Amino acid sequence: MAVYFQPEIETMPREELRELQLERMRESLRNAYENVELYRERFDEAGVTPDDLTCLEDLQKFPFVVKQDMRDAYPFGMFARENADVARIHASSGTTGQATVVGHTAADLKNWGDCFARGIAMVGGTKDSTVQVSYGYGLFTGGLGAHAGAEAMGCTVIPTSSGNTKRQIQMMKDCKTDILCCTPSYALLIADTAIEMGYDPATEFPISGGIFGAEPCSENMREEIAEKLGLQYCDVYGLSEIMGPGVAMECAERGGLHIAEDQFYCEIVDPETLEVLPDGEVGELVITTLTRECSPMIRYRTRDVTTINAEMCACGRTHRKIGRLLGRTDDMLIIRGVNVFPSQIEQVITDFPEIATQYQIILTTRGPLDHVELQVETEPDFPIDEVRKLEDLRSRLAAALKSNLQVAVDIKFVEPKTIARSEGKAKRVIDLRGETN
Amino acid sequence: MISQLTVFLANEKGRLAAICRTLADADINMKALFIADTADFGIVRIFCDTPRRATEVLTEAGFRATVTPVIAVSVADEPGTLARLVGFCEDASMNIEYGYCFSVSGQTAIDVLKIEEEGAEAVLAEAGFKVLAPEEVYEVDPS
Repeated sequence: MAVYFQPEIETMPREELRELQLERMRESLRNAYENVELYRERFDEAGVTPDDLTCLEDLQKFPFVVKQDMRDAYPFGMFARENADVARIHASSGTTGQATVVGHTAADLKNWGDCFARGIAMVGGTKDSTVQVSYGYGLFTGGLGAHAGAEAMGCTVIPTSSGNTKRQIQMMKDCKTDILCCTPSYALLIADTAIEMGYDPATEFPISGGIFGAEPCSENMREEIAEKLGLQYCDVYGLSEIMGPGVAMECAERGGLHIAEDQFYCEIVDPETLEVLPDGEVGELVITTLTRECSPMIRYRTRDVTTINAEMCACGRTHRKIGRLLGRTDDMLIIRGVNVFPSQIEQVITDFPEIATQYQIILTTRGPLDHVELQVETEPDFPIDEVRKLEDLRSRLAAALKSNLQVAVDIKFVEPKTIARSEGKAKRVIDLRGETN
Repeated sequence: MISQLTVFLANEKGRLAAICRTLADADINMKALFIADTADFGIVRIFCDTPRRATEVLTEAGFRATVTPVIAVSVADEPGTLARLVGFCEDASMNIEYGYCFSVSGQTAIDVLKIEEEGAEAVLAEAGFKVLAPEEVYEVDPS
Protein backbone atom coordinates (compact mmCIF):
# COMPACT_ATOMS: atom_id res chain seq x y z
CA MET A 1 0.00 0.00 0.00
CA ALA A 2 1.37 3.37 -1.01
CA VAL A 3 1.73 5.74 1.90
CA TYR A 4 2.86 8.64 -0.25
CA PHE A 5 2.02 9.50 -3.82
CA GLN A 6 5.39 11.19 -4.54
CA PRO A 7 7.64 10.10 -1.64
CA GLU A 8 10.80 11.76 -2.97
CA ILE A 9 9.02 15.14 -3.00
CA GLU A 10 6.73 14.79 -0.01
CA THR A 11 9.47 13.65 2.38
CA MET A 12 12.32 15.71 0.88
CA PRO A 13 14.72 17.01 3.59
CA ARG A 14 13.81 20.61 4.41
CA GLU A 15 17.12 22.13 3.28
CA GLU A 16 16.82 20.44 -0.07
CA LEU A 17 13.19 21.54 -0.30
CA ARG A 18 14.14 25.16 0.39
CA GLU A 19 16.77 25.00 -2.34
CA LEU A 20 14.19 23.65 -4.75
CA GLN A 21 11.78 26.40 -3.70
CA LEU A 22 14.40 29.13 -4.25
CA GLU A 23 15.31 27.84 -7.68
CA ARG A 24 11.67 27.58 -8.72
CA MET A 25 10.74 30.92 -7.15
CA ARG A 26 13.38 32.70 -9.20
CA GLU A 27 12.04 30.97 -12.31
CA SER A 28 8.47 31.92 -11.43
CA LEU A 29 9.40 35.58 -10.78
CA ARG A 30 11.16 35.63 -14.12
CA ASN A 31 8.14 34.11 -15.87
CA ALA A 32 5.90 36.76 -14.30
CA TYR A 33 8.27 39.65 -14.94
CA GLU A 34 9.00 38.77 -18.54
CA ASN A 35 5.53 37.76 -19.65
CA VAL A 36 2.98 39.75 -17.63
CA GLU A 37 2.88 43.51 -17.98
CA LEU A 38 1.32 44.04 -14.56
CA TYR A 39 4.22 42.31 -12.79
CA ARG A 40 6.82 44.13 -14.85
CA GLU A 41 5.27 47.50 -13.93
CA ARG A 42 4.85 46.61 -10.26
CA PHE A 43 8.38 45.20 -9.90
CA ASP A 44 9.85 48.23 -11.68
CA GLU A 45 7.88 50.56 -9.41
CA ALA A 46 9.19 48.69 -6.36
CA GLY A 47 12.70 48.77 -7.82
CA VAL A 48 13.18 45.00 -7.85
CA THR A 49 13.97 42.43 -10.53
CA PRO A 50 13.90 38.62 -10.30
CA ASP A 51 17.72 38.73 -9.94
CA ASP A 52 17.32 40.42 -6.54
CA LEU A 53 16.09 37.16 -5.08
CA THR A 54 19.05 35.54 -3.35
CA CYS A 55 17.17 33.72 -0.60
CA LEU A 56 13.50 32.85 0.05
CA GLU A 57 13.12 35.72 2.51
CA ASP A 58 14.00 38.19 -0.26
CA LEU A 59 10.48 37.60 -1.56
CA GLN A 60 9.38 40.21 1.01
CA LYS A 61 10.86 42.90 -1.26
CA PHE A 62 8.32 42.07 -3.96
CA PRO A 63 4.85 43.66 -4.18
CA PHE A 64 1.59 41.86 -3.44
CA VAL A 65 -1.19 41.12 -5.89
CA VAL A 66 -4.85 41.01 -4.90
CA LYS A 67 -8.06 39.71 -6.42
CA GLN A 68 -8.91 43.16 -7.78
CA ASP A 69 -5.76 43.03 -9.94
CA MET A 70 -7.14 39.87 -11.55
CA ARG A 71 -10.55 41.47 -12.07
CA ASP A 72 -8.92 44.50 -13.69
CA ALA A 73 -6.89 42.19 -15.94
CA TYR A 74 -10.00 40.24 -17.02
CA PRO A 75 -9.87 38.05 -18.95
CA PHE A 76 -6.29 37.32 -20.02
CA GLY A 77 -4.26 40.28 -18.74
CA MET A 78 -2.31 38.19 -16.26
CA PHE A 79 -1.63 35.22 -18.53
CA ALA A 80 2.06 34.48 -19.12
CA ARG A 81 1.31 32.18 -22.06
CA GLU A 82 -0.17 32.53 -25.51
CA ASN A 83 -3.46 30.86 -26.34
CA ALA A 84 -1.72 27.96 -28.12
CA ASP A 85 -0.17 26.86 -24.83
CA VAL A 86 -3.28 27.26 -22.71
CA ALA A 87 -5.00 23.94 -22.15
CA ARG A 88 -7.94 25.06 -20.03
CA ILE A 89 -9.37 28.03 -18.23
CA HIS A 90 -11.25 28.14 -14.94
CA ALA A 91 -13.06 31.10 -13.45
CA SER A 92 -14.23 32.14 -10.03
CA SER A 93 -17.96 32.51 -9.57
CA GLY A 94 -17.86 36.30 -9.68
CA THR A 95 -20.62 36.58 -7.07
CA THR A 96 -18.82 39.46 -5.43
CA GLY A 97 -17.80 41.26 -8.58
CA GLN A 98 -16.23 40.69 -11.98
CA ALA A 99 -15.28 37.05 -12.48
CA THR A 100 -11.57 36.20 -12.49
CA VAL A 101 -10.11 33.90 -15.11
CA VAL A 102 -7.13 31.63 -14.57
CA GLY A 103 -5.32 29.71 -17.31
CA HIS A 104 -3.68 26.32 -17.07
CA THR A 105 -1.10 24.82 -19.43
CA ALA A 106 -0.89 21.05 -19.82
CA ALA A 107 2.01 21.05 -17.33
CA ASP A 108 -0.06 23.14 -14.87
CA LEU A 109 -2.88 20.60 -15.07
CA LYS A 110 -0.47 17.72 -14.51
CA ASN A 111 1.01 19.40 -11.42
CA TRP A 112 -2.50 20.04 -10.12
CA GLY A 113 -3.41 16.38 -10.48
CA ASP A 114 -0.24 15.41 -8.61
CA CYS A 115 -1.02 17.80 -5.73
CA PHE A 116 -4.52 16.42 -5.29
CA ALA A 117 -3.36 12.80 -5.69
CA ARG A 118 -1.12 13.28 -2.62
CA GLY A 119 -4.32 13.85 -0.62
CA ILE A 120 -5.88 10.69 -2.03
CA ALA A 121 -2.85 8.81 -0.69
CA MET A 122 -3.32 10.57 2.66
CA VAL A 123 -6.73 8.92 3.07
CA GLY A 124 -5.29 5.54 2.05
CA GLY A 125 -6.20 5.69 -1.63
CA THR A 126 -4.32 3.70 -4.28
CA LYS A 127 -4.85 2.95 -7.95
CA ASP A 128 -7.28 0.27 -6.80
CA SER A 129 -9.55 2.86 -5.20
CA THR A 130 -12.83 4.16 -6.57
CA VAL A 131 -13.19 7.91 -6.19
CA GLN A 132 -16.57 9.63 -6.44
CA VAL A 133 -16.32 13.31 -7.35
CA SER A 134 -19.42 15.11 -6.11
CA TYR A 135 -18.00 18.57 -6.46
CA GLY A 136 -19.62 20.55 -9.25
CA TYR A 137 -17.85 20.16 -12.60
CA GLY A 138 -17.38 23.27 -14.67
CA LEU A 139 -15.66 26.62 -14.30
CA PHE A 140 -15.52 25.92 -10.55
CA THR A 141 -12.22 24.12 -9.88
CA GLY A 142 -13.58 21.55 -7.40
CA GLY A 143 -14.90 18.91 -9.79
CA LEU A 144 -12.14 18.83 -12.38
CA GLY A 145 -9.41 19.31 -9.75
CA ALA A 146 -10.49 16.26 -7.78
CA HIS A 147 -11.02 14.40 -11.04
CA ALA A 148 -7.44 15.14 -12.16
CA GLY A 149 -6.11 13.94 -8.79
CA ALA A 150 -7.99 10.67 -8.99
CA GLU A 151 -6.79 10.11 -12.55
CA ALA A 152 -3.17 10.93 -11.61
CA MET A 153 -3.39 8.25 -8.91
CA GLY A 154 -4.90 5.84 -11.43
CA CYS A 155 -8.15 5.44 -9.53
CA THR A 156 -11.54 4.57 -10.96
CA VAL A 157 -13.40 7.88 -11.12
CA ILE A 158 -17.16 8.28 -10.73
CA PRO A 159 -17.81 11.81 -11.98
CA THR A 160 -21.27 12.33 -10.46
CA SER A 161 -20.79 16.10 -10.03
CA SER A 162 -23.10 17.69 -7.45
CA GLY A 163 -26.86 17.33 -7.18
CA ASN A 164 -29.33 14.46 -7.54
CA THR A 165 -28.40 13.28 -4.07
CA LYS A 166 -30.34 10.00 -4.04
CA ARG A 167 -28.64 8.87 -7.22
CA GLN A 168 -25.26 9.83 -5.70
CA ILE A 169 -26.01 7.51 -2.80
CA GLN A 170 -27.12 4.71 -5.11
CA MET A 171 -23.83 4.99 -7.06
CA MET A 172 -21.84 5.17 -3.85
CA LYS A 173 -23.41 1.96 -2.62
CA ASP A 174 -23.62 -0.03 -5.87
CA CYS A 175 -20.26 1.00 -7.36
CA LYS A 176 -18.46 0.65 -4.02
CA THR A 177 -17.02 4.14 -3.70
CA ASP A 178 -13.92 4.22 -1.47
CA ILE A 179 -13.29 7.96 -1.43
CA LEU A 180 -15.78 10.82 -1.73
CA CYS A 181 -14.77 14.34 -2.79
CA CYS A 182 -17.19 17.25 -2.28
CA THR A 183 -17.99 20.26 -0.10
CA PRO A 184 -18.51 19.50 3.63
CA SER A 185 -22.12 20.73 3.58
CA TYR A 186 -22.86 18.45 0.65
CA ALA A 187 -21.14 15.52 2.39
CA LEU A 188 -23.46 16.08 5.35
CA LEU A 189 -26.49 16.24 3.05
CA ILE A 190 -25.39 12.97 1.41
CA ALA A 191 -24.95 11.34 4.83
CA ASP A 192 -28.32 12.55 6.12
CA THR A 193 -30.12 11.57 2.93
CA ALA A 194 -28.55 8.08 2.99
CA ILE A 195 -29.71 7.65 6.57
CA GLU A 196 -33.21 8.91 5.64
CA MET A 197 -33.23 6.31 2.84
CA GLY A 198 -32.73 3.66 5.51
CA TYR A 199 -28.99 2.98 5.11
CA ASP A 200 -26.24 3.15 7.66
CA PRO A 201 -23.43 4.32 5.36
CA ALA A 202 -20.85 4.03 8.14
CA THR A 203 -21.26 0.25 8.28
CA GLU A 204 -23.05 -0.69 5.06
CA PHE A 205 -21.01 1.28 2.50
CA PRO A 206 -17.34 0.48 1.71
CA ILE A 207 -16.41 4.18 1.77
CA SER A 208 -13.32 4.83 3.93
CA GLY A 209 -12.02 8.27 2.98
CA GLY A 210 -13.37 11.71 2.20
CA ILE A 211 -11.69 14.79 0.78
CA PHE A 212 -13.76 17.83 1.63
CA GLY A 213 -13.13 21.50 1.01
CA ALA A 214 -14.14 24.74 -0.72
CA GLU A 215 -16.10 26.06 2.26
CA PRO A 216 -15.59 26.43 6.01
CA CYS A 217 -16.46 23.50 8.26
CA SER A 218 -16.40 23.42 12.05
CA GLU A 219 -14.66 20.72 14.05
CA ASN A 220 -17.98 19.28 15.19
CA MET A 221 -19.45 19.25 11.70
CA ARG A 222 -16.44 17.36 10.37
CA GLU A 223 -16.75 14.85 13.18
CA GLU A 224 -20.42 14.42 12.36
CA ILE A 225 -19.57 13.79 8.68
CA ALA A 226 -16.74 11.37 9.54
CA GLU A 227 -18.95 9.47 11.96
CA LYS A 228 -22.08 9.31 9.80
CA LEU A 229 -20.17 8.15 6.70
CA GLY A 230 -17.54 6.14 8.60
CA LEU A 231 -14.47 7.63 6.96
CA GLN A 232 -11.15 9.43 7.43
CA TYR A 233 -11.76 13.12 6.82
CA CYS A 234 -9.18 14.95 4.73
CA ASP A 235 -9.53 18.72 4.67
CA VAL A 236 -8.37 20.19 1.36
CA TYR A 237 -7.40 23.78 0.74
CA GLY A 238 -7.25 25.49 -2.58
CA LEU A 239 -8.44 28.50 -4.48
CA SER A 240 -9.08 28.99 -8.15
CA GLU A 241 -6.77 32.03 -8.36
CA ILE A 242 -3.81 29.87 -7.32
CA MET A 243 -4.83 26.51 -8.84
CA GLY A 244 -7.83 24.88 -7.19
CA PRO A 245 -8.18 22.20 -4.53
CA GLY A 246 -4.86 20.58 -3.61
CA VAL A 247 -2.75 23.57 -2.55
CA ALA A 248 -2.72 21.99 0.92
CA MET A 249 -4.18 18.71 2.17
CA GLU A 250 -4.60 17.07 5.56
CA CYS A 251 -2.87 13.78 6.43
CA ALA A 252 -4.09 11.18 8.94
CA GLU A 253 -2.14 12.88 11.76
CA ARG A 254 -4.44 15.89 11.40
CA GLY A 255 -3.44 19.15 13.08
CA GLY A 256 -3.14 21.04 9.81
CA LEU A 257 -2.88 20.69 6.05
CA HIS A 258 0.45 19.96 4.33
CA ILE A 259 1.14 22.70 1.78
CA ALA A 260 2.46 21.35 -1.53
CA GLU A 261 5.64 23.30 -0.84
CA ASP A 262 7.42 22.17 -3.97
CA GLN A 263 4.73 24.07 -5.90
CA PHE A 264 3.71 26.91 -3.58
CA TYR A 265 5.52 29.21 -1.18
CA CYS A 266 3.36 30.45 1.69
CA GLU A 267 3.75 33.45 3.95
CA ILE A 268 1.55 34.76 6.77
CA VAL A 269 1.23 38.54 6.90
CA ASP A 270 -0.48 40.98 9.21
CA PRO A 271 -3.50 42.12 7.13
CA GLU A 272 -3.13 45.69 8.39
CA THR A 273 0.64 46.30 8.25
CA LEU A 274 1.42 43.62 5.60
CA GLU A 275 4.50 42.65 7.63
CA VAL A 276 5.49 38.98 7.32
CA LEU A 277 4.78 37.17 10.59
CA PRO A 278 6.78 34.25 12.06
CA ASP A 279 5.47 30.67 11.83
CA GLY A 280 2.69 30.03 14.33
CA GLU A 281 1.17 33.51 14.27
CA VAL A 282 -2.32 34.20 12.96
CA GLY A 283 -2.60 36.34 9.86
CA GLU A 284 -3.49 36.45 6.20
CA LEU A 285 -2.15 33.66 4.00
CA VAL A 286 -0.09 34.93 1.04
CA ILE A 287 0.82 32.45 -1.69
CA THR A 288 3.46 32.54 -4.41
CA THR A 289 3.19 29.91 -7.11
CA LEU A 290 6.48 28.17 -7.92
CA THR A 291 5.63 26.12 -10.99
CA ARG A 292 2.53 27.65 -12.56
CA GLU A 293 3.26 28.52 -16.18
CA CYS A 294 0.15 30.28 -17.47
CA SER A 295 -1.03 32.19 -14.40
CA PRO A 296 1.95 32.76 -12.11
CA MET A 297 0.86 34.45 -8.88
CA ILE A 298 3.48 36.37 -6.94
CA ARG A 299 2.54 37.11 -3.33
CA TYR A 300 -1.19 36.69 -3.86
CA ARG A 301 -3.17 37.86 -0.83
CA THR A 302 -5.70 35.07 -0.32
CA ARG A 303 -7.78 36.90 2.34
CA ASP A 304 -7.80 33.59 4.23
CA VAL A 305 -6.86 33.87 7.88
CA THR A 306 -4.74 31.00 9.27
CA THR A 307 -1.36 30.02 10.73
CA ILE A 308 1.66 28.09 9.43
CA ASN A 309 3.01 25.24 11.50
CA ALA A 310 6.62 24.21 10.80
CA GLU A 311 6.79 21.34 13.30
CA MET A 312 7.74 17.98 11.86
CA CYS A 313 4.72 15.78 11.20
CA ALA A 314 4.59 12.17 12.40
CA CYS A 315 3.42 11.10 8.93
CA GLY A 316 6.94 11.72 7.59
CA ARG A 317 6.04 14.51 5.20
CA THR A 318 8.42 17.44 5.51
CA HIS A 319 6.15 20.08 3.99
CA ARG A 320 4.90 22.69 6.46
CA LYS A 321 1.22 22.81 7.37
CA ILE A 322 -1.38 25.53 7.42
CA GLY A 323 -3.83 25.40 10.32
CA ARG A 324 -7.59 25.35 10.05
CA LEU A 325 -8.92 28.43 8.29
CA LEU A 326 -10.10 30.87 10.93
CA GLY A 327 -12.10 32.94 8.49
CA ARG A 328 -11.61 35.26 5.56
CA THR A 329 -10.46 38.81 5.98
CA ASP A 330 -13.33 39.88 3.69
CA ASP A 331 -15.93 37.52 5.22
CA MET A 332 -15.20 39.11 8.53
CA LEU A 333 -18.38 40.74 9.75
CA ILE A 334 -18.11 44.01 11.55
CA ILE A 335 -21.07 44.03 13.90
CA ARG A 336 -21.46 47.10 16.11
CA GLY A 337 -17.77 47.71 15.59
CA VAL A 338 -16.74 44.21 16.67
CA ASN A 339 -14.94 41.84 14.29
CA VAL A 340 -16.83 38.55 14.04
CA PHE A 341 -16.03 35.51 11.91
CA PRO A 342 -19.00 33.27 11.03
CA SER A 343 -16.81 30.30 12.01
CA GLN A 344 -16.83 31.57 15.61
CA ILE A 345 -20.64 31.43 15.65
CA GLU A 346 -20.56 27.95 14.18
CA GLN A 347 -18.09 26.84 16.85
CA VAL A 348 -20.46 27.96 19.60
CA ILE A 349 -23.46 26.27 17.98
CA THR A 350 -21.65 22.97 17.68
CA ASP A 351 -21.07 22.99 21.44
CA PHE A 352 -24.84 22.55 21.77
CA PRO A 353 -25.83 18.99 20.82
CA GLU A 354 -29.52 19.99 21.00
CA ILE A 355 -29.04 22.30 18.01
CA ALA A 356 -28.71 21.06 14.42
CA THR A 357 -25.51 22.05 12.60
CA GLN A 358 -27.30 24.07 9.93
CA TYR A 359 -27.74 27.72 10.79
CA GLN A 360 -28.22 31.10 9.20
CA ILE A 361 -27.24 34.58 10.33
CA ILE A 362 -29.46 37.49 9.31
CA LEU A 363 -27.97 40.96 9.73
CA THR A 364 -30.26 43.98 9.69
CA THR A 365 -30.19 47.53 10.94
CA ARG A 366 -32.54 48.59 13.71
CA GLY A 367 -32.33 52.32 14.10
CA PRO A 368 -28.65 53.18 14.30
CA LEU A 369 -27.63 49.69 15.48
CA ASP A 370 -26.76 46.45 13.77
CA HIS A 371 -29.09 43.62 14.69
CA VAL A 372 -28.04 39.97 14.50
CA GLU A 373 -30.58 37.19 14.24
CA LEU A 374 -29.36 33.62 14.35
CA GLN A 375 -31.76 31.04 12.97
CA VAL A 376 -31.30 27.51 14.23
CA GLU A 377 -33.20 24.24 14.29
CA THR A 378 -33.41 21.88 17.24
CA GLU A 379 -32.38 18.26 16.76
CA PRO A 380 -35.34 15.92 16.08
CA ASP A 381 -35.19 14.34 19.55
CA PHE A 382 -35.37 17.66 21.40
CA PRO A 383 -38.52 17.82 23.61
CA ILE A 384 -40.34 20.53 21.66
CA ASP A 385 -43.46 20.01 23.77
CA GLU A 386 -41.97 22.05 26.59
CA VAL A 387 -41.75 25.78 25.95
CA ARG A 388 -39.66 26.09 29.12
CA LYS A 389 -36.92 23.85 27.71
CA LEU A 390 -36.87 25.76 24.43
CA GLU A 391 -36.62 29.08 26.27
CA ASP A 392 -33.90 27.67 28.49
CA LEU A 393 -31.93 26.45 25.46
CA ARG A 394 -32.37 29.83 23.84
CA SER A 395 -31.00 31.72 26.83
CA ARG A 396 -28.04 29.36 27.28
CA LEU A 397 -27.12 29.68 23.61
CA ALA A 398 -27.52 33.47 23.70
CA ALA A 399 -25.24 33.68 26.75
CA ALA A 400 -22.58 31.49 25.11
CA LEU A 401 -22.65 33.60 21.94
CA LYS A 402 -22.51 36.84 23.88
CA SER A 403 -19.47 35.75 25.87
CA ASN A 404 -17.72 34.35 22.81
CA LEU A 405 -18.41 37.13 20.30
CA GLN A 406 -18.93 40.13 22.58
CA VAL A 407 -22.04 40.87 20.53
CA ALA A 408 -25.67 40.24 21.50
CA VAL A 409 -27.44 37.81 19.18
CA ASP A 410 -31.20 37.21 18.90
CA ILE A 411 -31.93 33.52 18.53
CA LYS A 412 -34.85 32.31 16.52
CA PHE A 413 -35.88 28.66 16.42
CA VAL A 414 -37.16 27.72 12.99
CA GLU A 415 -38.96 24.69 11.61
CA PRO A 416 -36.98 21.80 10.13
CA LYS A 417 -35.54 22.34 6.66
CA THR A 418 -36.25 26.09 6.79
CA ILE A 419 -32.52 26.56 6.37
CA ALA A 420 -31.54 25.20 3.00
CA ARG A 421 -29.12 22.26 2.94
CA SER A 422 -26.95 23.43 0.13
CA GLU A 423 -25.72 21.40 -2.79
CA GLY A 424 -22.81 23.78 -3.25
CA LYS A 425 -21.44 26.48 -1.00
CA ALA A 426 -23.69 27.09 2.00
CA LYS A 427 -25.08 30.61 2.35
CA ARG A 428 -24.67 31.19 6.08
CA VAL A 429 -24.83 34.95 6.30
CA ILE A 430 -27.56 37.15 4.88
CA ASP A 431 -26.55 40.76 5.29
CA LEU A 432 -29.53 43.07 4.83
CA ARG A 433 -27.83 46.06 6.40
CA GLY A 434 -27.94 49.10 4.19
CA GLU A 435 -31.21 48.02 2.60
CA THR A 436 -34.19 50.20 3.36
CA ASN A 437 -36.19 49.10 6.37
CA MET B 1 -51.47 7.96 29.62
CA ILE B 2 -52.87 9.18 26.38
CA SER B 3 -50.98 10.46 23.36
CA GLN B 4 -51.11 14.09 22.41
CA LEU B 5 -49.74 15.28 19.08
CA THR B 6 -47.32 18.19 19.53
CA VAL B 7 -46.12 20.32 16.62
CA PHE B 8 -43.49 23.07 16.58
CA LEU B 9 -44.51 25.94 14.32
CA ALA B 10 -42.85 29.15 13.25
CA ASN B 11 -45.04 32.06 14.30
CA GLU B 12 -45.82 32.93 10.72
CA LYS B 13 -48.87 33.37 8.56
CA GLY B 14 -50.23 30.15 7.10
CA ARG B 15 -48.31 27.64 9.20
CA LEU B 16 -51.33 26.51 11.26
CA ALA B 17 -53.39 26.18 8.10
CA ALA B 18 -50.62 24.04 6.64
CA ILE B 19 -50.73 21.45 9.43
CA CYS B 20 -54.52 21.38 9.45
CA ARG B 21 -54.52 20.80 5.71
CA THR B 22 -51.92 18.05 6.00
CA LEU B 23 -53.97 16.25 8.66
CA ALA B 24 -57.18 16.74 6.69
CA ASP B 25 -55.58 15.29 3.56
CA ALA B 26 -54.58 12.23 5.61
CA ASP B 27 -58.18 11.96 6.81
CA ILE B 28 -57.25 12.42 10.46
CA ASN B 29 -59.97 13.85 12.70
CA MET B 30 -59.05 16.31 15.43
CA LYS B 31 -60.94 16.42 18.73
CA ALA B 32 -59.27 19.49 20.16
CA LEU B 33 -56.40 21.89 19.41
CA PHE B 34 -54.54 24.35 21.65
CA ILE B 35 -51.71 26.72 20.91
CA ALA B 36 -49.01 27.98 23.25
CA ASP B 37 -47.45 30.93 21.50
CA THR B 38 -44.27 32.93 22.01
CA ALA B 39 -42.96 35.87 20.00
CA ASP B 40 -41.52 33.78 17.21
CA PHE B 41 -42.74 30.23 17.56
CA GLY B 42 -45.81 28.34 18.68
CA ILE B 43 -46.32 24.90 20.18
CA VAL B 44 -49.52 23.34 18.88
CA ARG B 45 -51.03 20.57 21.00
CA ILE B 46 -53.63 18.42 19.32
CA PHE B 47 -55.98 15.67 20.36
CA CYS B 48 -56.72 13.57 17.32
CA ASP B 49 -57.37 10.05 16.12
CA THR B 50 -54.35 7.82 15.45
CA PRO B 51 -51.82 10.30 16.93
CA ARG B 52 -48.82 8.17 15.96
CA ARG B 53 -49.87 8.10 12.33
CA ALA B 54 -50.57 11.84 12.51
CA THR B 55 -47.00 12.42 13.73
CA GLU B 56 -45.61 10.34 10.89
CA VAL B 57 -47.73 12.18 8.32
CA LEU B 58 -46.59 15.58 9.61
CA THR B 59 -42.92 14.58 9.91
CA GLU B 60 -43.04 13.27 6.37
CA ALA B 61 -44.43 16.65 5.27
CA GLY B 62 -41.45 18.38 6.90
CA PHE B 63 -42.95 19.47 10.23
CA ARG B 64 -41.31 18.97 13.59
CA ALA B 65 -43.99 16.79 15.24
CA THR B 66 -43.87 14.40 18.16
CA VAL B 67 -46.16 12.34 20.39
CA THR B 68 -46.32 13.52 24.02
CA PRO B 69 -47.80 11.39 26.81
CA VAL B 70 -50.33 13.36 28.89
CA ILE B 71 -53.03 12.53 31.41
CA ALA B 72 -56.73 12.95 30.56
CA VAL B 73 -59.29 13.02 33.34
CA SER B 74 -63.04 12.89 32.74
CA VAL B 75 -64.97 15.24 34.99
CA ALA B 76 -68.54 16.46 35.28
CA ASP B 77 -69.14 19.60 33.24
CA GLU B 78 -70.00 21.78 36.22
CA PRO B 79 -68.35 24.42 38.42
CA GLY B 80 -65.58 23.25 40.76
CA THR B 81 -64.46 20.01 39.13
CA LEU B 82 -61.23 21.44 37.72
CA ALA B 83 -60.54 23.24 41.00
CA ARG B 84 -60.84 19.93 42.80
CA LEU B 85 -58.48 18.17 40.38
CA VAL B 86 -55.69 20.78 40.41
CA GLY B 87 -56.18 21.28 44.14
CA PHE B 88 -55.49 17.58 44.61
CA CYS B 89 -52.33 17.86 42.48
CA GLU B 90 -51.16 20.74 44.64
CA ASP B 91 -51.76 18.79 47.83
CA ALA B 92 -49.93 15.80 46.36
CA SER B 93 -47.00 18.09 45.35
CA MET B 94 -47.41 17.22 41.70
CA ASN B 95 -46.20 20.04 39.44
CA ILE B 96 -48.41 20.75 36.43
CA GLU B 97 -46.35 21.67 33.35
CA TYR B 98 -49.44 22.77 31.44
CA GLY B 99 -53.09 21.86 31.10
CA TYR B 100 -56.26 22.58 29.20
CA CYS B 101 -59.91 21.50 29.25
CA PHE B 102 -62.72 20.92 26.83
CA SER B 103 -66.32 19.70 27.02
CA VAL B 104 -67.16 16.59 25.11
CA SER B 105 -70.92 16.53 25.59
CA GLY B 106 -73.54 18.25 27.69
CA GLN B 107 -72.52 16.52 30.91
CA THR B 108 -68.82 15.77 30.82
CA ALA B 109 -65.55 17.55 30.19
CA ILE B 110 -61.98 16.37 29.76
CA ASP B 111 -59.19 17.97 31.75
CA VAL B 112 -55.79 17.35 30.19
CA LEU B 113 -52.68 17.69 32.33
CA LYS B 114 -48.96 17.36 31.67
CA ILE B 115 -47.42 16.48 35.02
CA GLU B 116 -43.69 16.22 35.60
CA GLU B 117 -43.72 13.55 38.31
CA GLU B 118 -43.65 9.89 37.32
CA GLY B 119 -46.63 7.86 38.40
CA ALA B 120 -49.00 10.83 38.59
CA GLU B 121 -51.65 8.97 36.62
CA ALA B 122 -51.77 6.10 39.16
CA VAL B 123 -51.95 8.56 42.06
CA LEU B 124 -54.95 10.30 40.45
CA ALA B 125 -56.72 7.03 39.69
CA GLU B 126 -56.16 5.83 43.24
CA ALA B 127 -57.67 9.05 44.57
CA GLY B 128 -60.84 8.27 42.63
CA PHE B 129 -60.39 10.53 39.60
CA LYS B 130 -61.69 9.03 36.37
CA VAL B 131 -58.50 8.76 34.33
CA LEU B 132 -59.26 8.04 30.69
CA ALA B 133 -57.71 5.37 28.51
CA PRO B 134 -56.70 6.25 24.93
CA GLU B 135 -59.62 4.38 23.33
CA GLU B 136 -62.05 6.45 25.39
CA VAL B 137 -60.74 9.67 23.86
CA TYR B 138 -59.74 8.93 20.27
CA GLU B 139 -59.28 6.19 17.72
CA VAL B 140 -56.02 4.50 18.72
CA ASP B 141 -53.24 3.59 16.32
CA PRO B 142 -53.30 -0.02 15.20
CA SER B 143 -50.44 -1.67 17.06
